[in-house]
Amino acid sequence: MSGLSIRLGGVTVLRAVDFFIDPGEIVTIVGPNGSGKSTLLRAIIGALRPDSGMVTRAAGLRIGYVPQKLHIDPTLPLTVRRFLDLPVRVDEAAARTALEEAGAGALAGRQMARLSGGQFQRVLLARALLSKPDLLILDEATQGLDQPGSAAFYRKVAEVRDKLGCAVLMVSHELHVVMAASDRVICLNGHVCCEGKPEHVASAPEYRALFGTGTQGALALYRHEHSHTHDREAAE
Amino acid sequence: MTLLDDFLIRATLAGIGLVLAAAPLGCFVVWRRMAYFGDATAHAAILGVALALAFQLSIFGGVLVVSLLMAVTVSTLSSRGYAMDTLLGVLAHSALAFGLVAVSFLHGVRVDLMAYLFGDILAVGRGDLVVIWGGAALVLGLMWWRWSALLTATINPDLAYAAGIDPRREQLVLTVALAVVVAVAIKVVGALLIAAMLIIPAATARPFASTPERMVLAAACIGALSVAGGLQVSLYWDTPTGPSIVCVVALLFAVSSGAQMLLRGARG
Repeated sequence: MSGLSIRLGGVTVLRAVDFFIDPGEIVTIVGPNGSGKSTLLRAIIGALRPDSGMVTRAAGLRIGYVPQKLHIDPTLPLTVRRFLDLPVRVDEAAARTALEEAGAGALAGRQMARLSGGQFQRVLLARALLSKPDLLILDEATQGLDQPGSAAFYRKVAEVRDKLGCAVLMVSHELHVVMAASDRVICLNGHVCCEGKPEHVASAPEYRALFGTGTQGALALYRHEHSHTHDREAAE
Repeated sequence: MTLLDDFLIRATLAGIGLVLAAAPLGCFVVWRRMAYFGDATAHAAILGVALALAFQLSIFGGVLVVSLLMAVTVSTLSSRGYAMDTLLGVLAHSALAFGLVAVSFLHGVRVDLMAYLFGDILAVGRGDLVVIWGGAALVLGLMWWRWSALLTATINPDLAYAAGIDPRREQLVLTVALAVVVAVAIKVVGALLIAAMLIIPAATARPFASTPERMVLAAACIGALSVAGGLQVSLYWDTPTGPSIVCVVALLFAVSSGAQMLLRGARG
């Protein structure tokens, strides 16, 4: 993706964003609310058309997408097993394997609308795995999970990457949990503020300007200085 | 073909054709919370009737075109983020009002307005049967063909995009199917009660279904049962047939909701 800009409702959400992800790489996007993280993901899956710039996907790229939150209307009866069959029917063995890989082995017969938050996310992950994705995209996938729950979820994701060799692109607020598992972190605030190895980003001035210098992942209040220079070298 | 000489057999077949098409579409209307959308499309049908009579076209064609225009308009506006309930309220009732006024301008044609507002299922002829079953087959074919994509897009548009499905195209499929069902249903239950035949069987089926497919199947059975029941009621008590059918399905809904509450009470 190069020089990507997207305007939503008259507001420029993303400005001249360059982004790439290599096969097998785990990349995490961090940034404050309204920084365009979800917008970037939606552009990658093709749900939003860029106003300028372009998105290039490898030919035949299969994307597994785990959305931020998914509301299933209670009027729609849907078992976990049936949900896995969307949009393509899968055989029994593949469904069972995917559920087990995602840590949701016992849930096949349950109604989607009655799952707990953590169970729901694991089922979404199982469904994303079924397409044998080259790129797995997780949008705030652990929202609503407690700390051990999200830590377990990210361990699962790392396991899956090691097993399937797919690239993983995540968006998250839980920086300290996520950063440890990432090969590369991108700090986004309408544009790419800085990017690089987790430890580089954590010490980069742009990142500190966004999230403060708190250790142990404790977040400072969002105070972003727009006058800062975009010294990309600092992060590389 | 002596079987089809009986008006009651023709009426039953017409009703069953309608409920078969309405079952899958009605489920989507319920799942996607499009009830008012169905209303707006159906109410526009009266305007279609007036135009068809004025230009001496077939009623089916006139209704189909106007309903389609209405459905596409609503669907386009909704994607632009208008306040939908207000907008639909405006469109549904103004389409109905304009339709009624337009019909009153027709001179020389004796129009039985009641027949279009509440249906005239006992007057269904063989030609009507062909139209109804043709329309039903078309809708069922569309639903069958797009089923998985429609379901995926209904659950979450972004999930659909990620799987290479364009949810806007699926919305259009539903829009077209809705217009066809309205055109088919106007003879059976009339413009004012079409939405009832879409929503009530689906809502009645919900407590008994564990998958989307079973809900559609149950909705079709419940619809067929109410057509048969409504016809009997109408013959026995000499009541208007279209509304009688809707009354029967409404009673079934009440029973189904009651059963669901009892079950929940027993579990909880």
